Amino acid sequence: MDQHDISVIVNGQKIRRRVSARQHLIDFLRNDLSLTGSHLGCEHGVCGACTIQVDGVAVRGCLMLAVQADGATVDTIEGLTDSGAIADLQDAFHRYNALQCGFCTPGMLSTAAELVAQHPDADREEIRAHISGNYCRCTGYHSIVDAIASVLDDRRKARANGGAA
Amino acid sequence: MSGRPVVTPFDRPNSYIGRAVPRPNAKKLLQGRGTFVDDIVLPRMAHVVFVRSPHAHARIVGIDRTAAQEMPGVIAVVTGAELAKVITPWIGVLTHLKGLKSAPQHAIAIDRACWQGEAVAAVVAETRAEAEDAAETVVVDWEELPPVVDMETALDAATPVIHPELGDNLAFRRELVTGDVDGAFAAADHVFEEVFHTGRHTGVCLEPRAVLADYQPADGKLVAYQATQAPHMIQNLLAKHLDLNESDVRVICKDVGGSFGIKVHIYPDEMATAALSVLLKRPVKFIADRLESFVTDIHARDHRIKGRIAVKSDGEILAFEIDDRTGIGPYSVYPRTSAVEANQVVNLVGGPYKHKAYRASTEVVFQNKNVTCQYRAVGHPIACAVTEGLVDLAARKLGIDPADIRRRNLIPDDAYPYTGLAGLPYESLSHHASLEKLLALMDYDGLRAEQAELRKRGIYRGIGLASFIEVTNPSSAFYGIGGARISSQDGCSIRLDPTGTIICATGVTEQGQGTEAIIAQIAATAVGVTMEKVRVITGDTDATPYGGGTWASRGAGIGGEAALQAGKALRQNILSVAAAMLQAAPESLDIRNGVVVDADTGNERLPLEEIGRVVYFRPDTLPKGLQPEFVVTRHYVQKDYPFVFTNGIQGSYLEIDTETGFVTLLKHWCVEDCGTIINPQLVDEQIRGGVVQGLGGALFEHCIYDDRGQLVNGSMIDYLVPMAGEMPDIVVGHVVSPTASSELGAKGAGEAGTAGAPGAVMNAINDALLPLNVSLAAQPFTPESILTALGRVGARVG
Repeated sequence: MDQHDISVIVNGQKIRRRVSARQHLIDFLRNDLSLTGSHLGCEHGVCGACTIQVDGVAVRGCLMLAVQADGATVDTIEGLTDSGAIADLQDAFHRYNALQCGFCTPGMLSTAAELVAQHPDADREEIRAHISGNYCRCTGYHSIVDAIASVLDDRRKARANGGAA
Repeated sequence: MSGRPVVTPFDRPNSYIGRAVPRPNAKKLLQGRGTFVDDIVLPRMAHVVFVRSPHAHARIVGIDRTAAQEMPGVIAVVTGAELAKVITPWIGVLTHLKGLKSAPQHAIAIDRACWQGEAVAAVVAETRAEAEDAAETVVVDWEELPPVVDMETALDAATPVIHPELGDNLAFRRELVTGDVDGAFAAADHVFEEVFHTGRHTGVCLEPRAVLADYQPADGKLVAYQATQAPHMIQNLLAKHLDLNESDVRVICKDVGGSFGIKVHIYPDEMATAALSVLLKRPVKFIADRLESFVTDIHARDHRIKGRIAVKSDGEILAFEIDDRTGIGPYSVYPRTSAVEANQVVNLVGGPYKHKAYRASTEVVFQNKNVTCQYRAVGHPIACAVTEGLVDLAARKLGIDPADIRRRNLIPDDAYPYTGLAGLPYESLSHHASLEKLLALMDYDGLRAEQAELRKRGIYRGIGLASFIEVTNPSSAFYGIGGARISSQDGCSIRLDPTGTIICATGVTEQGQGTEAIIAQIAATAVGVTMEKVRVITGDTDATPYGGGTWASRGAGIGGEAALQAGKALRQNILSVAAAMLQAAPESLDIRNGVVVDADTGNERLPLEEIGRVVYFRPDTLPKGLQPEFVVTRHYVQKDYPFVFTNGIQGSYLEIDTETGFVTLLKHWCVEDCGTIINPQLVDEQIRGGVVQGLGGALFEHCIYDDRGQLVNGSMIDYLVPMAGEMPDIVVGHVVSPTASSELGAKGAGEAGTAGAPGAVMNAINDALLPLNVSLAAQPFTPESILTALGRVGARVG
């Protein structure tokens, strides 16, 4: 089996490993690095449970090979949590109960983080469109949309206050 | 969260019942720090991958595993016959479902595969990838047998019998006649009929089925980490079929990534995994992949129902009649059986209405497709769609508004107790209050005006209503009386620790619906402590009282009542110790926010920490003869009714593009009555999630088989599930009629959303298409089916 040396910054830490050419990035993260926060739901790129951030972009961990991450910066739910980058999203998801079983949640938060960073003025419909690649069987999505909308609103207010100060 | 929408009798200082408290156990999930089965790694853990039948029906002539055994990392390649030496087969029948029959089923097929996806060999290797590689090299010599695919012809003389020893392909038949049905149809001004199809679909839990079995040969113990709704049921089944002592089997269920009934059964591959652990004397992990989930997770709702309704010209309903047939695959699923869904359909059709005559028949037949069994809201969405479809059909034909025909026929809110025509008692329902509340929430008249206005512009919008009844808080009538060792009682143990923390261990389980939160709320309220001072333990057969787990919406109603009674008892025990310490009368004291106070004034007397300190570390200072009991267990089983029925109603507002056949869901409403609401936020989210699951079945989800018994859309690319973009906002309202069968008064809410959504959507679609003289009755209502009905495309051949 083809083996390759890779160097990846995962959650801020430089990681060097030898991986087989066929190994998916998500399996590398879960099995080799024990970062089990990202989940496997379909392994064919539809459900979004394995969504992580690669160089700041939400990516399906099951559609990318570990070797492709060579030289990249990868952030999983564990890193996004510890850095505080998505603390407001996590808090809003908690308050709105925008999760039940929690299996989709890390991927959903990764996608939501991308949304709030890139589309600060997204309305409900745009929020729904942006997260429509992340399957959630439990919530019916309404509360997730509520939670993300509240974060966007809070961030807008914070920016406005910051601008006025 | 906004306010406190429901004030309960439990509203007292320190009460959490009726409040939207965020779930204490959600934080770990938000950080990706939950523990799902696939996250667990044990020393010497091996991985199993199953070789599965590519055929719907085929004899296994031989299995050549020589190449597989030589593959890297392979530990064992095991056939059905070999595995049968350590695990016995089972038959999925229950004695109270009279006449139900099925054939013995093995963990791994031995001579014959009876559906596409049935496991025929197991490959165990050091890694999952190695097991998958080796599984591809196992060569099975097949002799294809004719498959039984179409449920409509399954009982025909020309159709092969799947299990010859059973004599025919009929698993179960039930007929029910109540009242003068023939007289009612003869007396009717009109009889309307329709043929409904509810479309086979499946649960698609985001976390696939998962088990990690760890047999420890030194002491003969088996620990199964399993994503399940019913740990004690699994414990019993593993012990029974692996010939172990039940007490030597421990089932641990940490976080579960969605269940919805999919994970309330035991599956052959899960049994096989446990057997492989016994056989190989090491931990073995099985995580279903998505493709095998589609062909092995139970399917459901594959019904064809011919329905008739007898009405007077003024809209009075005189009778319903249904003729149901369902195909369940080649085996009745163990241990809950595959006859329950059809049985429920018979029990529930016509349920909300006050007609006096009902005839139902159902035939449950075997076929060579994946098995079907209980999936969220078992039978309810089928019964609701048929009932409400017939009611709306009558309304359309008679020119009566759908709201009016319901006002005329729903059982009056003051008519309870009332016995439904299937013989089941309804304690206290609120159909009319729910209907009126729904209409107000929807602004029904406003929507009708908007609809009429838009129709002038060629825009087709529809409004659909669907009333339903829901089975919750089951007694042992569901399974126990039929011989299944599935507990309908549940227990809760609560102990006070020296720090003033209470630890609750409960037999009901957490699948994300918030069980641990509501148990904590109830216990905190009953004892008198803050939420921060409560810990909840679920999902461990060694650590929790014996119980049934999560199914049939019983967590709050059954598990919650046990927690309430345990908490009250512990509170009394604490107060008697406090009274001795304070030399006061126990009844003059109360516990609020973790402090013993004077009941009258609220003056603080003694924190629980201090009582804990004295009781655990300085008991010498307590009076002789006073033995504090700070662990209390209480159990509860609902015995007053077979089930405690709830009710509700849903409304759908949608728009149909008659050029493309696309349905846009504009908004959805649900009003339901689950009795005492413990946490309104969690109830609302149960309803919303359930609604969307029902919407999936109504519009997208369909397990499509070809005439060779092959599932042709078994991937998440081809099997469509509801995603955020297509789903509407969902407004939830409540009517509160607590059950008197428990002190808590809580009924279930887990299935209400799923129960009513398909019927509401179907009625809305037919309402939208009314001006075009078209109606549909076969789920899912896809663009193709709508365009076909509109005559814009030809019907598909074959």
